[in-house]
Amino acid sequence: MHSILIAMLVLGVAGALFAVLLYFVAQKFKVDENPLIDEIAEVLPGANCGGCGKAGCRALAEAFARQGNMDGLKCPAGGDAVAQKVAALLGCVTESAEPMVAVVRCRPCHVGDQALTRYDGLKDCSFAHSLYTGASGCSFGCLGLGSCVEACQFGALTIDPATHTPVVDEDACTACGACVKTCPRGVIELRAKGRQNRRVFVGCVNKEKGAQARKTCDNACIGCGKCEKVCPFDAVHVDNNLAYIDFSKCKSCRKCVAECPTGAIQSVGFPVPPAKPAPAAEAVAPAQGQAVETKLQSSTLNS
Amino acid sequence: MKTFSMGGVHPEENKISTSAVIESMPLPDQVVVLMNQHLGAPATPVVAKGDQVKAGQLIGEAQTFMCANVHSPVSGTVLKVDTCKDAFGLAKPAVYIQVQGDEWVDTVDRTPDIKRQCDLSPAEIVDKLKAMGVVGLGGATFPAHIKYAVPPGKKAEYLIINAVECEPYLTSDHRVMLEHAEEICIGVSILRKALGVPVAHIGIENNKPEPIAVMTAMARQFEGIHVEPLRVKYPQGAEKQLINAITGRKVPSGKLPIDVGCVVSNVGTAFAVYEAIQKNKPLVENILTVTGKTLPVQHNYQVRIGISYNDIIRHALGALPETAGKIISGGPMMGKAVCNLDAPTVKGASSLLVMDEAESRRQPETACIRCGKCVSACPMGLEPYLFSALVRNGRFEDAQRRNILDCIECGCCFFSCPACKPLTDEIRLGKNKVRALMAKKK
Repeated sequence: MHSILIAMLVLGVAGALFAVLLYFVAQKFKVDENPLIDEIAEVLPGANCGGCGKAGCRALAEAFARQGNMDGLKCPAGGDAVAQKVAALLGCVTESAEPMVAVVRCRPCHVGDQALTRYDGLKDCSFAHSLYTGASGCSFGCLGLGSCVEACQFGALTIDPATHTPVVDEDACTACGACVKTCPRGVIELRAKGRQNRRVFVGCVNKEKGAQARKTCDNACIGCGKCEKVCPFDAVHVDNNLAYIDFSKCKSCRKCVAECPTGAIQSVGFPVPPAKPAPAAEAVAPAQGQAVETKLQSSTLNS
Repeated sequence: MKTFSMGGVHPEENKISTSAVIESMPLPDQVVVLMNQHLGAPATPVVAKGDQVKAGQLIGEAQTFMCANVHSPVSGTVLKVDTCKDAFGLAKPAVYIQVQGDEWVDTVDRTPDIKRQCDLSPAEIVDKLKAMGVVGLGGATFPAHIKYAVPPGKKAEYLIINAVECEPYLTSDHRVMLEHAEEICIGVSILRKALGVPVAHIGIENNKPEPIAVMTAMARQFEGIHVEPLRVKYPQGAEKQLINAITGRKVPSGKLPIDVGCVVSNVGTAFAVYEAIQKNKPLVENILTVTGKTLPVQHNYQVRIGISYNDIIRHALGALPETAGKIISGGPMMGKAVCNLDAPTVKGASSLLVMDEAESRRQPETACIRCGKCVSACPMGLEPYLFSALVRNGRFEDAQRRNILDCIECGCCFFSCPACKPLTDEIRLGKNKVRALMAKKK
């Protein structure tokens, strides 16, 4: 009994002494951290995806707090909602950016299951890219080994076993851009989500001349320029045998989709027309009240 | 008997086509000559659509330092100058030629006579090698005129001729030595003269007793040629390993053979040098082995460049066996799988290996058990298992510090791995990434 009391007494006194010592040491070497950092880190998604270019969410929060405004800094994964919250914390205003989404610009017409092109090496797209064209036979298109799926921190990408190309889950995609950086062939692009999630884009990145591209894939863009001619908004341009639709100019009229001879131009999110596309297109267009928009619709109906 | 000191493996040799005499491959209707058949920049085409060309005529000119001339392998009309997909499906600049007859440029000596005397000076030899578009035929297709123009301040002490042919299946060097021993020895003498070295060593593995006997007998008639039988071990045919086996020297990390006074050339290159210097014949033909365990017949062909893989298969086998799983250009250890059979053959294509579906498949990968077999197998003294982990975790700078760029991609680590981990693939990926990082820093 006696020895227990001594032990308790010694430890108690030692503990109290150290507590006092630690208190003064803590006061002396205190690091003043901006409390804003914690607050901002709290509203950031916390996935550490690296889409902002910083080492992680906390690094971005520190950058926000240090800078005191949002110029040049952005959380692509958090999107508008997070941007508004950060702006409120920093006491600045941010213009709301258009929400973006990743799109896969490749739709191989065949999976290429011949023995000679089958690949059983390291499952890494950039490695396969350094070796050969890929199972589809196209040296520009998706290799289908899923490096983008691995890069995605939000589980927004899956490889479709039927087409061997990635499919984007639009709700999960935060447009952080990790997949875009990973893809060795630049098949994935970040595009504006579009009104009501409706988008028109060229689903091909093949820059071969028309005949060659056609030989490689039935769905390839052959650079014929029909889309460029038909576009009323100057949104489509053919460069190096490949069409590209500028999403900031595109009004989703889908004239190019109808015109494309190979079906390389894809439209996503539009309701499937029952027989004739006209009624659906009309229902789709939101009341913008702009002259261009009205003109566009009437022309869509006429065509 | 000599061999290299570190690592190495013993794959099944499968040299089943050694007894097939070299045949001449008939010309197809059309050939496609790629403009980059060598290490470095593509040659610039100097012919246009509609031009008549003769076999041996210059059609692609080397206009940059790291480049080699390309000559027409056939006579006929130029159909177009365009791009063509190579064996891996990647578009490369090429000249398409419609074959008409077989007429050669007048200067080419087509007679079977052997010409022994060579009066050219070393500088003239190098210039002629450049004009004739000779490249190394051991696999890397390094332009010969660059290799034999020794940079100032460096001195060649050893000329080593690589007749090791350590890759399983390949027999083209074996057959060339049996059938063209004298020409090879003349070629070696010319190269020896170009470098000014007293002795040339021809390294041959002792699983080829016939070529060793033939070459030894022939070398006796020449001054300064020494045949060195070597103990069988893969990858003895790799430049740095062969230097180590014959001279005992080690090429330091990041250095070239010439830094330790060595120049290494393939035995096929020596034959091409003979033809270029003595017969004025540009490099337009390869010796190519068509082989495979399941094939009914094995062949060794003398093939003009630009003939497609499909043409060769049609002539040699009629049709591809249905069980074929992979067609490999080169040997099974380091060769690359051909995915586009319409592609033309190029300088340095030494074999067309047909592998069975079952033989060509990899085993499923399991976890690394830290057995260290890859470390003992690595002929460069590297740690493949570690590179695998570093590359998978994106730690490329650490991999660079541990000399990942020293890897010669011989495949010994993957071959020896009981877990079937794609170690060589991972290291190659790591090397690509490290090179990209280095280029970015510059």
